[in-house]
Amino acid sequence: MENLKQHSINKDEKVISITGLYKSFDDLEVLKGIDFDLFKGENVAVLGKSGSGKSVLIKIIVGLLKPDRGEVIVLGKHVDQLVGKELDALRIRIGFSFQNSALYDSMNVYQNLAFPLTMNVKNLSKGEVDRAVTEVLDSVGLANKIKQMPSDLSGGQRKRIGIARTLILKPEIMLYDEPTSGLDPITSAEIIELINEVQQQYNTSSVIITHDLTCAKSTGNRIAMLHKGKFLKVGTFEDVFASDNEQVRGFFNYNFIQ
Amino acid sequence: MVNISTKKYIFSKALDGYFTGVHKAYQFTTLFFKEAFKRPFHLLELINQCFEVGLKSLPLITLTGFIVGIVFTKQSRPSLEDFGATSWLPSLIGIAIIKALGPLVTALICAGKVGSGIGAELGSMKVTEQIDAMEVSAINPFKYLVVTRVLATTITIPILALYCSFVALYGSYLNVHAEETSSMISFYRSAFKTISFLDIITSVTKTIVYGFTIGIVGTYKGYNATQGTRGVGKAANQAVVLAMFLIFIEEVIIVQVANWIRYY
Repeated sequence: MENLKQHSINKDEKVISITGLYKSFDDLEVLKGIDFDLFKGENVAVLGKSGSGKSVLIKIIVGLLKPDRGEVIVLGKHVDQLVGKELDALRIRIGFSFQNSALYDSMNVYQNLAFPLTMNVKNLSKGEVDRAVTEVLDSVGLANKIKQMPSDLSGGQRKRIGIARTLILKPEIMLYDEPTSGLDPITSAEIIELINEVQQQYNTSSVIITHDLTCAKSTGNRIAMLHKGKFLKVGTFEDVFASDNEQVRGFFNYNFIQ
Repeated sequence: MVNISTKKYIFSKALDGYFTGVHKAYQFTTLFFKEAFKRPFHLLELINQCFEVGLKSLPLITLTGFIVGIVFTKQSRPSLEDFGATSWLPSLIGIAIIKALGPLVTALICAGKVGSGIGAELGSMKVTEQIDAMEVSAINPFKYLVVTRVLATTITIPILALYCSFVALYGSYLNVHAEETSSMISFYRSAFKTISFLDIITSVTKTIVYGFTIGIVGTYKGYNATQGTRGVGKAANQAVVLAMFLIFIEEVIIVQVANWIRYY
């Protein structure tokens, strides 16, 4: 927490700028006019119930889904207008940590980490790849798991390896999809600490999708409360917590009772 | 009570789903041809997939081919004996195995073993977001997963079919040799006597088409899997059923086309 507060945020430089974003699946409207900015060096935690459209939002940011309407500018590029190599060039600058880690289960930890690197950076020597893999594994504290298969790892370790896999390409933006879901409180705390360390060490800006208040409070410089496809409240944790909005209060009260 | 308008709605929905599916499959196949000739070629993964498809299917193909050869010879002999035409046995077996049984048996085994494997593997990667993970890492998953697998089946299955035919002929030879004295060279010479160059070309063409079908159906079903683990099983199952169905249709068409070429 201390480190997080000391981290410098450049309010003049937007790394993500979203205006009037709409997205539907058949008749189901998931996002209904989202406006959102992420500044350089900032962590924003997007809170909301399951099905509120949180994951859809970050999938649009990384170009996995196309918006129906609205403008999505990431690192100065209109994501929805990019295709092929231009989109790939942008994606290298964005790290995406999946809810279930999405490790390649036919590859061991080393291969999982080396794969995106060797596929994107040509003519790397074996030594350079080894060094890069060891470096990111050290940064997530799992250097001893290099030869393990994903099936041999615990949930928390898989999350860490998933984060390490994104870090190997040295991203400028990190997108975390439910980083603490399905983890025990101690492992959750370790992942929260790791998210903050990543922000410090790699100077990233992050969007953290979560429904875990502890995670949101500990990682987010700002909190954005998403409900039924719209942001109800965006601000510091204290601002959002002090809101009179019934839905926001309901979410907070339920979490504290839990 | 289901009234007529509900029935009409269900029917039109099913029809719509069918044509949407056909269109999606067409787009998938077109994308394969677009991506197959573009760099990077992922040669290491292609070799790896050829190994997975080819070498790992060898024991099953060997056993099946050998048994088909023996059984077919055993069942054909009595009929030929009735007409005093046992000397025609190698030629009959040659025609049956090289022109029809070898390619078809190999294709059906590979549709079951390889097609379902590809469907299940890609289906599982799809539902666990591994394909999305490739995409967000700026790796083209279609090129890396689909193109390599389809090329591997298209290259490997013709080789397996030729191998299966030779093993089946060897099984047949052993059966013939047990009944009467015959050298292997004279058996193979008799078996190939009635086989023309067009027959060999037709047979190889068939297996290339079967290989492509098995690869494209398996990858299509896996790549478009939905509904979690249930979807993975469904993808694997549909990959086998659809591939086998298409193989039989292709068999009829290719044989018919070959016959037209032969007669005209």
